[in-house]
Amino acid sequence: MLTIRNLQARAGSTQILRGIDLEVGAGQIHAIMGPNGSGKSTLAAVLAGRDGYEVTGGSVTFQGKDLLDMAPEERAREGLFLAFQYPVEIPGVNSAYFLRTSLNQMRRHRGEEELDAYDFLDLLKDRLKLVEMDERFLRRSVNEGFSGGEKKRHEMLQMAVLEPRLAILDETDSGLDIDALRIVANAVNQLHRPERAFLVVTHYQRLLDYIVPDAVHVLYQGRIVRSGGKELALMLEERGYDWLREAATDASPAP
Amino acid sequence: MTSPGDLHRAYLQAFAASAGRAADRFPAALDALRRDALDRFGAMGLPSSRDEQWRHTRLPALLRRPLPLLATPATVSLPAASLRAPALAGPRSALLVFVNGRFAPELSELSALPAHATAGSLAAALAAGDERVIRHLGRHAEYGDEPFTALNTALFDDGAFLCVAPQGVLEAPVHVLFAARPDAEPAMTNPRLLLLAGGGARLAVLEAYLSCGSGPYVTNAVVEAVLEEGAALEHCRLEHEEAAAAHLSDLHATVAAGARFRSTCITLAGQLTRNGVRVLLAGEGASATLNGLFLTGGQQHVDNHTWIEHRAPGTVSQECYKGILAGRSTGVFCGRILVQPDAQRTDAYQASRALLLADTATVRLQPELEIHADDVKCAHGAAVGQLDADAVFYLRTRGLDEWQARLVLTQAFAAQVVQQVEVPGLREPVERQLAARLASIGA
Repeated sequence: MLTIRNLQARAGSTQILRGIDLEVGAGQIHAIMGPNGSGKSTLAAVLAGRDGYEVTGGSVTFQGKDLLDMAPEERAREGLFLAFQYPVEIPGVNSAYFLRTSLNQMRRHRGEEELDAYDFLDLLKDRLKLVEMDERFLRRSVNEGFSGGEKKRHEMLQMAVLEPRLAILDETDSGLDIDALRIVANAVNQLHRPERAFLVVTHYQRLLDYIVPDAVHVLYQGRIVRSGGKELALMLEERGYDWLREAATDASPAP
Repeated sequence: MTSPGDLHRAYLQAFAASAGRAADRFPAALDALRRDALDRFGAMGLPSSRDEQWRHTRLPALLRRPLPLLATPATVSLPAASLRAPALAGPRSALLVFVNGRFAPELSELSALPAHATAGSLAAALAAGDERVIRHLGRHAEYGDEPFTALNTALFDDGAFLCVAPQGVLEAPVHVLFAARPDAEPAMTNPRLLLLAGGGARLAVLEAYLSCGSGPYVTNAVVEAVLEEGAALEHCRLEHEEAAAAHLSDLHATVAAGARFRSTCITLAGQLTRNGVRVLLAGEGASATLNGLFLTGGQQHVDNHTWIEHRAPGTVSQECYKGILAGRSTGVFCGRILVQPDAQRTDAYQASRALLLADTATVRLQPELEIHADDVKCAHGAAVGQLDADAVFYLRTRGLDEWQARLVLTQAFAAQVVQQVEVPGLREPVERQLAARLASIGA
């Protein structure tokens, strides 16, 4: 589904990604872990197509297509979803209107009929239960005045409505209390399908108490320095990230 | 270039011509007012950039010469398309249509008006010697330092008169539509409106300006709004005229104790627009909400000047003006709040915001507070910005293309003004016009 080969990217003059290789198959859940500044959020941003990053090498193929060649909205319409670490407040844009406009863009792209307000509301009510959100939120402006937890649940709601092929969760767990964390994890587990993959970017192991990944990758200084199963996350929990410095130099000497 | 003296003489001739027409119909009492206004205009001449109030608005060539009054077509008719204009849709208590400034009864609808309300031609009310009109007309729109208000006072020959008797309520708004059918040669109309809300009365008025046909012309409108004790008047001005049109307007409201005045001024088109709003909070607990929105592109220029005088204790004013500027357009907002010594416990808030959609557009936001009382709460904020790049990206990751994302954000910026219009029958037609206009701005 997603194939990343030797991906290199920089922001301004700072090289952040120094050659990432990653293969995510349909139906798989991969976790990307690593200390602050290791390039986790940059990877998510580059995959989603955010301005301000220059890809200096490598390739990304998504469902057989060159992802890096697509505009952000084309990536979204092809089924890529990014749950933001810091969801943006958009005053004056009604949340339900926003969600319907977004869904209908995807449907149009897939050659499906657009949903009218009534059919959409039925769908939305169903998905709201999944993230334990109140209908009241939908009458408000997108993310405006939402608490941190509400914003993250709103991201999960969008994911549930848009039904992407690949969802990237960029530190969706950060700053959440245990209840909100459980809701986020529940949304991922409920939406997990044989044809849908997840890339869960996280600093902490605790989200992985609820979401069982097929693979865990440790990102350090712009490279994946270790890949393994769930037990790798547990090791990070015990030992922290300090051992990485040595491991990184062992695994791949500095260029 | 025409000197003030030439202009005065030219307008004097226009005045003589219109006075000839109007003399039969208008009471003699009005004659002195009109002559005085014309003399005052002659003394002031046209404003220039040396006038503080006109420092940032240069009069176009169109206005720097005397203009004949725009003739009313022999048969008053409008193309069917303009009658289907969205501004005309929606629930209303009455519809008054004016073509080139002259009342068109056959296009108007007055039959649904309840007995406690009056709506119709101002000229007709004057001709009938309506004492309410004679008592108020020209008493609220001071023209001593406003050349165009003076000119309107001297030259107007029709307009709308609306009155709701004390305690009377009009649930649906009255729509007053000014349709211009320009001639080949530039000309001018001087519409005049008098809105009277008796004690405790409640009404809403949509004052809309549209063009049918193209060509340069000038609208110079003056509105006098009088709110007696405890009255509520919501006024919405919608300017959606031909690209070559110039629009000058002055609204003067006198708000008595406990009365509530709301004004929303929306400018969607026109080459040059200058709107003045002057509100006098004359009685204890009077309140005013002044909101505005302008959308400009190309070489357009829009200037909004507001002036709120808190003269009595416990008066409240809320103000929010927003501009969306594209192309090489320019905008001005100047909001003056004056708190008089007796106006203790004044609560005044003013916000002005501009969204620049192009580097070539410029805007000037200028709050002016003058406070002579000590127990007051006054705050203001002004901000100029561009669309939030993070918000554009967020929307694009949700499948909207860049143009749609920018449009959604621009709509949201504008919607916050229009959403504040309280009376649905006022808000809905304005929302429709705005949506159509926004879709064309190329955000």
